[in-house]
Amino acid sequence: MVRGSSVVTGGSGRRNTLPGFGLTMGLTLTWLSVIILIPLAGLFLKTFELSFAEFANIVTSRRTLNALKISFGLAFAAALVNLVMGSIVVWALVRYRFPGRRIFDAIVDIPFALPTAVAGIALTSLFAQKGWLGAPLAELGIKVAFTPLGIFIAMIFIGIPFVVRTVQPVLIDLDPEIEEAAASLGANRWQTIWRVILPSLIPALLTGFALAFARAVGEYGSVIFIAGNLPNVSEIAPLLIVIRLSEFRYADATAIAVVMLVAAFLIILVVNRLQHWAQMRIPVH
Amino acid sequence: MTIELTNITKRFGAFAALDGVDLRIADGELLALLGPSGSGKTTLLRIIAGLDWPDGGDVSFDGENALARGAGERQVGFVFQHYALFRHMTVFENVAFGLRVKPRAIRKDEAGIRARVKELLDLVQLDWLADRYPTQLSGGQRQRIALARALATEPRILLLDEPFGALDAKVRKELRRWLRSLHEEINVTSVFVTHDQEDALEVANRVVVMDKGKIEQIGTPGEVYDYPATAFVHGFIGESVVLPVNVTEGRVWIGNQPLNIAAPNVGGPSKLYVRRHDMQVGSESIGLRGAVRHVRSFGAIQRADIAVCAGGNETVIEIDTPRDHALRTGETVELHPRRYRIFAD
Repeated sequence: MVRGSSVVTGGSGRRNTLPGFGLTMGLTLTWLSVIILIPLAGLFLKTFELSFAEFANIVTSRRTLNALKISFGLAFAAALVNLVMGSIVVWALVRYRFPGRRIFDAIVDIPFALPTAVAGIALTSLFAQKGWLGAPLAELGIKVAFTPLGIFIAMIFIGIPFVVRTVQPVLIDLDPEIEEAAASLGANRWQTIWRVILPSLIPALLTGFALAFARAVGEYGSVIFIAGNLPNVSEIAPLLIVIRLSEFRYADATAIAVVMLVAAFLIILVVNRLQHWAQMRIPVH
Repeated sequence: MTIELTNITKRFGAFAALDGVDLRIADGELLALLGPSGSGKTTLLRIIAGLDWPDGGDVSFDGENALARGAGERQVGFVFQHYALFRHMTVFENVAFGLRVKPRAIRKDEAGIRARVKELLDLVQLDWLADRYPTQLSGGQRQRIALARALATEPRILLLDEPFGALDAKVRKELRRWLRSLHEEINVTSVFVTHDQEDALEVANRVVVMDKGKIEQIGTPGEVYDYPATAFVHGFIGESVVLPVNVTEGRVWIGNQPLNIAAPNVGGPSKLYVRRHDMQVGSESIGLRGAVRHVRSFGAIQRADIAVCAGGNETVIEIDTPRDHALRTGETVELHPRRYRIFAD
């Protein structure tokens, strides 16, 4: 995700032109350890209270697998939707001047700032069978609240700012001359977008997608209100972890958490590689 | 192809970028639009390309109304000042872009595209860079790739916006020579914009000097240099010595000193324009005198700052003289303009 940073290798005894390597590196390692690595290591350690058979049993139980499937599957789908819709929102916000543009631009950040429980309750009352949107949808035979569809919508809600805010600065920086160049070479608007603009945005789009996805996988607050939380149907993995904790089955909870952690890590790693590959094709100056 | 611009106007808010411009560009010409920034030259180029639209006036290519067509339909090759290469594409794909986006019915097949791109990369002598990305190239190389990309679709006109603007002096010189020989080779009607008089005078067959949205003069490089039509052109091209004078009844006065020179068709407060190399220190007197303030010598010449009293004010001019006539600081010398122009204020 780092674009064109200058890399300094330090500590080899040679004098470095950029001072502070030892200090910043030490702080970085300490900080990351305290904040991220030690808690995660604790998580792994806790699972070792289980034998491998027990561990396998927990994570392959029908309820766990379904919860993981719901969390990852819907998060992925929601991130895809955010990728497409977020790109369109960015395009409109960056490229056109319309009344209320700044207000819309500010609205994008609301899912960042709103307490997730508030968002969940708002969405639930909106999409409940007697809600403003729920009622007309119910007439069409579509039930949103208390179904996986509700989870999906909550995940879209919390993910959209990630796509918009990562792609926006890149689109703003995109030189209008390259579009003019494409036009004067005979490309129509569609060809210009497809062949010139979109490829330039790919690294940013991938970052936005990865962030939206990661956020949706871990989302708890807004989802549990709208989900209905039926085991195997609309129960997300983070909720199952909380349930296990409330039953004092700590090892079970950590086992599920470890699976989520590893899966999320692998997916983000893949997206990062993709991003790196896309970046390599667009070398920085 | 001939390009005809008639009475083009373009405003940006209250600012008149182009103010009634008429220009005819002949087939196969290599024309320079020369002017300071804000003179409207780039706007004019973009209007020809179809990247901007005039508020009034006509643009026609070979007698056809070009304003009825968009940028993509005008068969114009445009080279941007900062090249505008597609960073995510290789050099090869950049050059192939114009060929690939053609409608299927008239698009070349892959082999045809490859052959054409190869041909163009050979033309700009950069075939060995085909697989590189634009950011891996030097400025001069990017410029030439941008040119190859613009030429790929066989445009009828080639337009270049400040083609040498972003290059260092040495590369600039090479590229000037190269562009001129390229034009001789492909002979497509070409227009380039520059603020640098050397670019214009060295490369173009014809130079259009612009200022404040208007054309000041059109002529060959020799004509605009030797016979500037307006005070602006005289001041903008070449180095000029400018002295304030007053013309009454055909006599030229500098302060209260009459000068023994003719002033055809001018009256009232005016400016005397002399090319720096046309101003001599001599024995021949026309009544123009100055005090030597400072002398420095190098090589075969000495350069002197000479203060001329003009009215109540003093104007200091800098002139070069041969060393055989040594100037001393403080002495008063006669100045003699070999050639001069007088323009009314």
